[in-house]
Amino acid sequence: MTTLRTAAALTSALALCASLGTAHAAGGDVTVGLQLEPPHLDPTSAAAGAIDQVLYSNVFEGLTRFGPDGSINPGLAKDWDVSEDGLTYTFHLQEGVTFHDGTTMDAEDVKFSLDRARAEDSANAQKALFADIASVDVVDPATVKVTLSKPNGNFLFNMAWGDAVIVAPESIENIKTNPVGTGAFTFSNWVQGDQITLTKNADYWGEPAKLDSATFKFISDPTAAFAAVMAEDVDAFGGYPAPENLPQFEADPRFNVLIGSTEGETILSTNNAQPPFDNPKVREALAHAIDRQAIIDGAMFGYGTPIGTHFAPHHPDYVDLTGNSAYDPEKAKALLAEAGFADGFTTTLKLPPPSYARRGGEIIAAQLRDVGIETEISNLEWAQWLEQVFRGKDFGLTIISHTEPLDIGIYANPDYYFQYDSAEFQGVMAELNEATDPAKRSELLQKAQTIISDDYVNGYLFQLAQLSVVKANLVGIWENSPTQATDLTAVYWEE
Amino acid sequence: MPTAKLSRAMLFGAFLSLLFISAALLSFVWTPYSVETLDIANKLQKPSAAHWFGTDHFGRDIFSMIMVGARTSIAVALVAVGIGMLLGVPLGLAAAAKRGGLLDEMIMRGNDLVFAFPPLVIAIMITATFGPSATNAIIAIGVFNIPVFARMTRGAAISLWTRDYVLSARVSGKGAARISLEHILPNVANLLIVQGSIQFSVGIIAEAALSYVGLGAQPPIPSWGRMLAESQTMISFAPHLTVFPGMAILLTVLGLNLVGDGLRDYLDPKLRRSKT
Repeated sequence: MTTLRTAAALTSALALCASLGTAHAAGGDVTVGLQLEPPHLDPTSAAAGAIDQVLYSNVFEGLTRFGPDGSINPGLAKDWDVSEDGLTYTFHLQEGVTFHDGTTMDAEDVKFSLDRARAEDSANAQKALFADIASVDVVDPATVKVTLSKPNGNFLFNMAWGDAVIVAPESIENIKTNPVGTGAFTFSNWVQGDQITLTKNADYWGEPAKLDSATFKFISDPTAAFAAVMAEDVDAFGGYPAPENLPQFEADPRFNVLIGSTEGETILSTNNAQPPFDNPKVREALAHAIDRQAIIDGAMFGYGTPIGTHFAPHHPDYVDLTGNSAYDPEKAKALLAEAGFADGFTTTLKLPPPSYARRGGEIIAAQLRDVGIETEISNLEWAQWLEQVFRGKDFGLTIISHTEPLDIGIYANPDYYFQYDSAEFQGVMAELNEATDPAKRSELLQKAQTIISDDYVNGYLFQLAQLSVVKANLVGIWENSPTQATDLTAVYWEE
Repeated sequence: MPTAKLSRAMLFGAFLSLLFISAALLSFVWTPYSVETLDIANKLQKPSAAHWFGTDHFGRDIFSMIMVGARTSIAVALVAVGIGMLLGVPLGLAAAAKRGGLLDEMIMRGNDLVFAFPPLVIAIMITATFGPSATNAIIAIGVFNIPVFARMTRGAAISLWTRDYVLSARVSGKGAARISLEHILPNVANLLIVQGSIQFSVGIIAEAALSYVGLGAQPPIPSWGRMLAESQTMISFAPHLTVFPGMAILLTVLGLNLVGDGLRDYLDPKLRRSKT
C-alpha cells in the first residue's frame, strides 16, 4: 500500500511554524495547489495519500497527531497512561469536542472508529496499524482503554496516521463524499476534477484556524502548475512537481521556496523473485552500476539525499550504507560475469508518471547499458502501474518512492511486490515489534537496514525532497513532510 | 507565371523534405554525438560550436537527437501511409467494382465507423491494449489512413468505370478484378501519390502528437514529440530545448505539404486551371 501513497509522494506540503508574537492578519483565504486529486474523501478506507493531503488534521483528527517535525503530539486524546507491561493504553479525551454535524465526539466514537478499522471486513488500507489491538473499551465518555495483545513500541505513532482518524457512526455512510470530522476546518464543497473547499470551523474545540477558508486546487500537469504559481492562481503549491523551475521561484521576491525532507525513499525496485534478479550477485552488480548523484542531478536538479538502504536519512537511527553500493561499473561488470551474464541481459523497466521515475529511468537505463544490461522502458500511468507492477508483480525493474514513515517493515512481507523473502530479516522485524526498549529498538532498526543493504534487495537511490512554493507572506506551511498532509490549522497571512 | 511560382514553392518543399530525409538516413551511420550516452554534467548548454543546437536536460546533443528523431518520425509516418495504401486502395477498388452492392455498402460503412473515432482515441485504444511503442503508433496511424485511401480510391474509380475503355474491357470479357488492376489502378495512381504525400505529413504530425502524450516511441529512442513534452517545463529558461524539435516538425510538415500541393498541380492540370 505504500505505493498508493507514493502516488501522492510529490504532493505534500510542510513544516515551519509560526513564531508566536509575529504580527499577523487574522482571516483571509488560501488556495493550495496539489498534483493529485483524492479518489474519494474517506482516509480510513483507501491507500490514496491524496486524501490525507487534503483532509489530515484539517478535517479529520486522530487520538494523536504528527507535528511538523514528525513528533507525535496529543490530538483528540489530551493525554494517556500506559501500563507497566505496555499492554494497556488509557486515553483521556479532550472534552467538549463535537463533529461538524453537531454530534458529540466521545469514547463511543473512538471505540467505533478503532473497531471499524480493525474489523475482519475492514477496508482500511493500513490494517497492520491496528493488528495488535486486542480490545477497545469505553471506561466513561471521556476515557477509552485500549488493550494490546502484545507490546507495541509504535502504538502512539500508529494512532497518528491518517488511517487512524476518529469518525462517527452517524456520518459514516456518506463519508466518501461528505467527510464529517472534528478538525479546525469543515468540508464545504468538492468540484470533481478541479477543487475542494474547506471552511473554518467556528466551534472548534482547540486553537481555531486563522484562515477563513482554504481551497485545494488539483493541477496534475507540471507546466500548468508552473503557470498557476506564476499567475498567483494558487498561494502555495505543496509537492511542486518540477524541480527545474525552483531557481526561478527563488529569484522571484513574491515567493518562498521550501526545501524539506519527506519519508520518501526512492528506490530502483527489483523483482527479487524473477530471474536473473533472484541471484544476489546480479542485484549487487545492479547496485554498483548505478550512479546516484547523476540521478539526483539529472532527474531532480540536485534536490535529494543519497541513501544506501530503505530508511530516511533524517531519522536518528539511520545508518549511512551508501558506500556499500558505491558507483563502480567495472565491479558491476565483473559481478555480472561471475553470475554468468558476461554478455549482459535484457529486462523491463516500468515507470510510473512522476518525473523522478521517468527521468530517473532514462538515466538508469543509460547507466545499466554501460555494464551490458539492456532495459526496455515502458512509461505507465498510475492505474496501469498499480495493476501490472504493484498487484501483478509483472516487472523486472521499476522506480518508485515509498513515502510512508518508517516503512522498512514491508521487507518482511514476502508477498510484497518486490518479493524479498529473508528469514533473517523477518526475524529481526518480529523482534522489533515486541521490543519497547528504545536502545534495543534502534539496534534492531539498524540491523534491519544493514541486512537489506547487504542483500542488495533494491537499488537505493535517494530520499525524495519536499519541494513547496509558497507566497512570501504566507506563514505556517510545513517545510518537511513527516506524513502526507497539508496541515493548514496554523497557517496565516503576514501583514 | 503561376506555374513557375508554384514549382518554386515545390522545389523549396522538396529541399526541406530531402534535408530531413537525408538527416534521418545519415543518422544511421553518423551523428555528432551518441544519443544514448548521457552527460549530466553538461546539461542544458546553450547552442555553441560544440553543440550546434545545445544540449538537453540529460546533456545529450540536441542536433544529434533531431537527426535520430527524424528517423523515428519518417519511419512511423512512412509505414503508416504504406499500411493505409496497401489496405485502403484494394478496399476502394473493390467497393467501386461492386458499386451499389452489399460489399460496397459494407466497406463504406466500415470506413464511416473508423472515421467516426477521433484518431487520438483510436491510438489510445490500441496503446492501452498493447502498450505504448513505435510499432503501435504505426498501427494506430495506419488504421486511420485506411479509410482515407479507400474513400478516395472508390470515388475516383467509380467515375472511371463508366469510361469507354473500361466498357470495352468488360465487353472483351475481363473480370472486375482484372479491370480494376489493369485499367482503374493506373489511372488513380496520380491521385494516390498526391494523397500519399499529404498523408505522410499528417503522419509526421500524428507521430509527434502521440509521442507528446507518451503513446509513441518509448525512451531512449529520441522522438520530436517527446522532446517537446519533456522540455516544456524548461521553456522559460532553456527555450532551445523546445524551439529546435518544434522547428523540425514545422519544417518537415511544411516541406511535405508544399511537395504534395506541387505534385497535385503538376499531375492534375484541371485543378491548376481552376485555382488560377
